[in-house]
Amino acid sequence: MIILLSFILLYSSCALALPNKSTSIVIDPLEVKVNYLKLQQQQSPALSNVIKMPNDSGYQGAKLAINDSNTTGKFLQQHFSLTQFEFTTTPDLLHHLKQAFNQGDNIFIINAPLITLDKVNLWAQDKNILLFNISEFSDVLRDKQCLSTFLHTAPSYAMKADALAQWLLYRRLTKVLLISGKKPVDVAIATSFKRSAKRYGLKIIEEKYWRFDTDLRRSAQQEVPLFTQTSQEYDVIYVADKYKDFAQYIPFNTYLPRPVIGSTGLEALTWHRVIEQWGAAQLQTRFHKLTARYMNELDFNSYLAIRSIAQAVHKTHSNSAKMLIKHLKSADFELAAYKGRKLSFRSWNGQLRMPMALVHPQGVVSQSPQVGFLHPKTDLDTLGFDKKESQCKMH
Amino acid sequence: MNIKIFLGIMASLLLISPKLIAAISTEYAYITNEKDDNISVIDLNKQQVIKKISVGQRPRGIIFNEQQSLAYICASDSDRIQILDLNTEELIGELPSGEDPETIALHPDGKTIYTSNEDDALLTVIDIKSSMVITQIDVGVEPEGLAVSPNGEIVVVTSETTNMVHWIDTKTNKIIANTLVGARPRSAQFTQDSKLLWVSSEIGGTVVVIDVESKKILKEFNFKIHGIHRDRVQPVGIELTHDGHYAFVALGPANHVAVINRQTMEIEKYLLVGRRVWQLALTENQSKLLTTNGISGDVSIIDILKMKVIKSIKVGRFPWGVAIKHAKK
Repeated sequence: MIILLSFILLYSSCALALPNKSTSIVIDPLEVKVNYLKLQQQQSPALSNVIKMPNDSGYQGAKLAINDSNTTGKFLQQHFSLTQFEFTTTPDLLHHLKQAFNQGDNIFIINAPLITLDKVNLWAQDKNILLFNISEFSDVLRDKQCLSTFLHTAPSYAMKADALAQWLLYRRLTKVLLISGKKPVDVAIATSFKRSAKRYGLKIIEEKYWRFDTDLRRSAQQEVPLFTQTSQEYDVIYVADKYKDFAQYIPFNTYLPRPVIGSTGLEALTWHRVIEQWGAAQLQTRFHKLTARYMNELDFNSYLAIRSIAQAVHKTHSNSAKMLIKHLKSADFELAAYKGRKLSFRSWNGQLRMPMALVHPQGVVSQSPQVGFLHPKTDLDTLGFDKKESQCKMH
Repeated sequence: MNIKIFLGIMASLLLISPKLIAAISTEYAYITNEKDDNISVIDLNKQQVIKKISVGQRPRGIIFNEQQSLAYICASDSDRIQILDLNTEELIGELPSGEDPETIALHPDGKTIYTSNEDDALLTVIDIKSSMVITQIDVGVEPEGLAVSPNGEIVVVTSETTNMVHWIDTKTNKIIANTLVGARPRSAQFTQDSKLLWVSSEIGGTVVVIDVESKKILKEFNFKIHGIHRDRVQPVGIELTHDGHYAFVALGPANHVAVINRQTMEIEKYLLVGRRVWQLALTENQSKLLTTNGISGDVSIIDILKMKVIKSIKVGRFPWGVAIKHAKK
């Protein structure tokens, strides 16, 4: 009964709201269509059989953001819709993108790896199109190989590494043993951490590569202490293992009883299910209601992408990609995102500047930037590639 | 047998009487402790916590009825509004609130209560006498700040993720207008004459003054505190003195309260209080202002005449709401 009543009220209130709206002149209804394009990527085999990322990660975050944006939209005569497409190859994805664009769609969220993003970027040059990267953390995209047509709500590896490095410095854990997997992405993550270590004056006392090819699940207790024995003492172990192939076997098995950070133990993430401050508890509840699972980083990154779009639409009353990009990159754009800070995009590389949560599986330990890391503009730019460091020059 | 009863009466009189004497001249502040599931009661004469009262889970918004005999408390995680009898200090009942009630406001006629349901994007209108939900109104995502105009005509609710002030006619319970404000609007306060509405935006870092008649923003305040980055200046609670002289704004993690002169519409001063200052309340004679400081878990008392913080009082974990029970006359 109450539901029915509120429905009636909703419609009548909308009808009533318009003529009385005095903050702006009567607006035409606006339809905003977002395409969510995902390239299916083969999951790298990992030792653990039980920890898997939900297949709809990313999309569900976008869906929730669409719901949230429509709640606001109904007071502004704006409606947001989302369509999801999955592809197995990059050419398929590109083909769909071109077709959709020719039919008038111009807002896309892309969940795909670097190679695909690069091809999309090449095609999208000088087009009236708004593209979001929600999944690729690669540093080169924020430093050298800049994607001028993209905005990134995914953080870079450098942002994550800086977030952890600041915390290490704060805790005076300055001697680091670095362990890296053998995949190129693991090496990239390790390289990113080495950059941060240099930046913040941490000392990497030794670098080791994980090359075991045996099943460690039963022998970690014997093998890992030997592997983590070094000639010099260390304060902390940093693990670079993107797919968590071996990372989870390191904590508690180390030769010296030291904390483990990076890909396991203490991780730097945009989102995790234990985050509850700054209204985050409400977002977690809404997400859980919608999906019956926890919100992960990929979900949150696409949530941010849609919320950025919606925020720009609310402010500009436009659905033109050009108008939206202009607002998104301007100093006027501010996004409230359950981080206790307003977020905005870096003008030089399109990266969303945001605090990183430092979490272990059961709780939040800290949030970086750490207090005391100063910056002339905003301390959020102490994470990742600052204007002077990045070779990207968007506008 | 008779003697026992007599002794019992005597004993209870002895127990009650100091309380009765104290109640004659003292004001009490009731502070909801979000993470302790209780309320700290501060004796404002002694300036110390005199007792704690257990309530439902995650208590946040708190208000009194007109006679100040009852307190209505949003027990957010218990999904209800609890009614606390201030004389017996027992929970005597509940109001149906909808899920996750956060803030609460009483219509000046004393008959209707409004509460915002943060998780469901609803404003619930409750008839106190019958304990019935009159209606639920669809508002923006994460409704938060609530205020009823002193003339009783309008109730406003701010929505944190929609970034709007929704104006609702109290007679029809329908939205009559929406005003976009800065990111994450938190508190709303009407002036005594119901002509102006003050609204704080936590992430936007602003406070706006809106003309109730035209719904137009007349003035926007930005806050600058030396040594604190502007991103950390996050306005939340607002209190307006009845004499029209001052507006006080709690600035969240900036750990300061801004003092605004409403005659000149200038920010006069920033007062350092506890960490993450959240809500504010004025004493009856408007001589003192109380602030709840979430992270440091205390309450600061500001002497308005001296415009100084005169005392910090430790309460529970994450003090959130504050309501002041006036001295009995």
